[in-house]
Amino acid sequence: MKKRRRFRRIGVFDVGNTVLMLAVCFITLYPMWFVFVNSLNAPQHALLGTVNWFPKAISLDSYNVVFNNKSLMNGFYITTMRTVIGTAVHVLFTAIVAYGMSKSNLIGRKLYLKIALITMLFSGGLIPTFILMTKLGLYDNFLVFIIPAMYTFFNMVIFMSFYRTIPDSLEESAKVDGASDYGVLFKIVLPNSMAVLATISLFSAVYHWNDYYQGVLYIHTQDKLPLQTMLFKIIAENSMTFMQQQAMAQFGAKLPGNSIKFASMMVATLPILVFYPFIQRYLVKGVMIGAIKG
Amino acid sequence: MFQYKTGQMKMFLKQWQIQSMVIPGIIWMVIFCYLPMFWLIIAFMDYSIAKPMLESPFVGLKHFQDFITDDRFWRSIRNTLGMSTIKLVLGFPIPILFALMLNEIRSIKFKRTVQTISYLPHFIAWTIFGGIMLNWLGEGGVINQLGMALGLQQSEILFNSDPKYFWWITFFSDTLKETGWSAIIYIAAVSGIDPGLYEAAELDGANRWQRMWHITVQSIRPTIAILFILAVSGMLGSNFEQIFMLKNNMNMRMAESLDLYIYNMGLVSGRHSFSTAVLFARSIVALGLLFLANYTSKKLTGDSIF
Repeated sequence: MKKRRRFRRIGVFDVGNTVLMLAVCFITLYPMWFVFVNSLNAPQHALLGTVNWFPKAISLDSYNVVFNNKSLMNGFYITTMRTVIGTAVHVLFTAIVAYGMSKSNLIGRKLYLKIALITMLFSGGLIPTFILMTKLGLYDNFLVFIIPAMYTFFNMVIFMSFYRTIPDSLEESAKVDGASDYGVLFKIVLPNSMAVLATISLFSAVYHWNDYYQGVLYIHTQDKLPLQTMLFKIIAENSMTFMQQQAMAQFGAKLPGNSIKFASMMVATLPILVFYPFIQRYLVKGVMIGAIKG
Repeated sequence: MFQYKTGQMKMFLKQWQIQSMVIPGIIWMVIFCYLPMFWLIIAFMDYSIAKPMLESPFVGLKHFQDFITDDRFWRSIRNTLGMSTIKLVLGFPIPILFALMLNEIRSIKFKRTVQTISYLPHFIAWTIFGGIMLNWLGEGGVINQLGMALGLQQSEILFNSDPKYFWWITFFSDTLKETGWSAIIYIAAVSGIDPGLYEAAELDGANRWQRMWHITVQSIRPTIAILFILAVSGMLGSNFEQIFMLKNNMNMRMAESLDLYIYNMGLVSGRHSFSTAVLFARSIVALGLLFLANYTSKKLTGDSIF
């Protein structure tokens, strides 16, 4: 039986299905390739969004403008800081709260879980949240990226269900050796939770790196804008005056906006493309923990 | 009774380490989740951000009456429902079909590669993805070139500035970006099916389509039901980051979703109380939708969330 399965004939269905899957891959990858090609194109070729398979004439002029643009690089710095600090704080805080919550002898556990669960069903929404942030002094403050994103119920549930897969005997033996609860968490539990730590870090880092909307809502000062919010203004609102001025000073009036747009899009995506292959293998595992048990 | 309580108190103090892990989380939730809920009260006030909340006069349901008679509010409802319906009817089955077809691929290596590639766009920001879409849909863009080459259109169409295309743009760009990611949960469900079922069906003479329909689809039915309930209850919401990126002054007539209406009225025009009233009403309807979808699914398929 097994042998027959392995050598089963390849039918029309398989050929069609493979072609379909290849088409999916192409459609998925082409948008990124498109940005890449146009960012490398010599500026005069990147005037319109024409179909391009390969750069017509490779030039790094647009990257030169982007990397020499003070405000864009400042945005890049803000986004990097936000991603590093925001992710670390979110993962640490959520992991600790989840560890406490996962203890079944925790006094008040039922009440705590109810308080947490309600936050998933109800929320204040945009305007009340905005007013609260203003009252807390978080408006136009870098901390608005970090503190409100410290915790999510969903990620806590993922942590909790992962902790349950760690054998109790491990924790008990550490306790017998005289470890405190914090000792057990940091020396035994977290080192054994790398898969879930990696997944939640990835989710959190992607959120912080890609979010532009918090910047639109809460940041007023140009120097505090994250990169994605600047990109939003450049692309959707077409306000790239500050960049064009600089480009004009550097290259004369010849450099059109499009190639600079593509180059800055590339710069804003590169970190994700670089890290993605490394963390990708944790992804499915982590998502399944959340999907099935959460 | 008193004895019992002191016992609990002692236990509580004894586990102060664990309590000190949880309590900061609870405090965070009270500040960032419960306080905004408390601020919903301003929906019934003429609130001004310059004054303390309690000094604002109560006006009862005034703001609720105001938005019900506002044409722009009903337009935003129409747009939200229009976009959600397209997404639900045409978009919901796509990740399921993708997961089913991917499952039929025999080479594990190829399957993994396709899967990895299909997740990628999910991790790309809407600023980037929306930027690509705006470029493709504009004058001389990829879509226009393709349409003209295939003879679907005679001349250039400015998709971005013509409101009638907006709903479809949101649907296609969302499908392009999220299909692979949405399929993960179905792929996970499919991989949990007992292979013995397929062998038994094969012995009984079931062909490929029959096996797909009677085993794979039936096995992932509970997953489908749960995601469908969540999708229905989310119909009054929209992908704000996407719409905010793709909207412009010309297509606003079809682009202003309920989310965007709340944003525009509340933060652009500064009508905080009015916007909060809309928000309040929407939350209640959304909750009703959740229960309705859950009840219907329970009756029809036996699968439900609660």
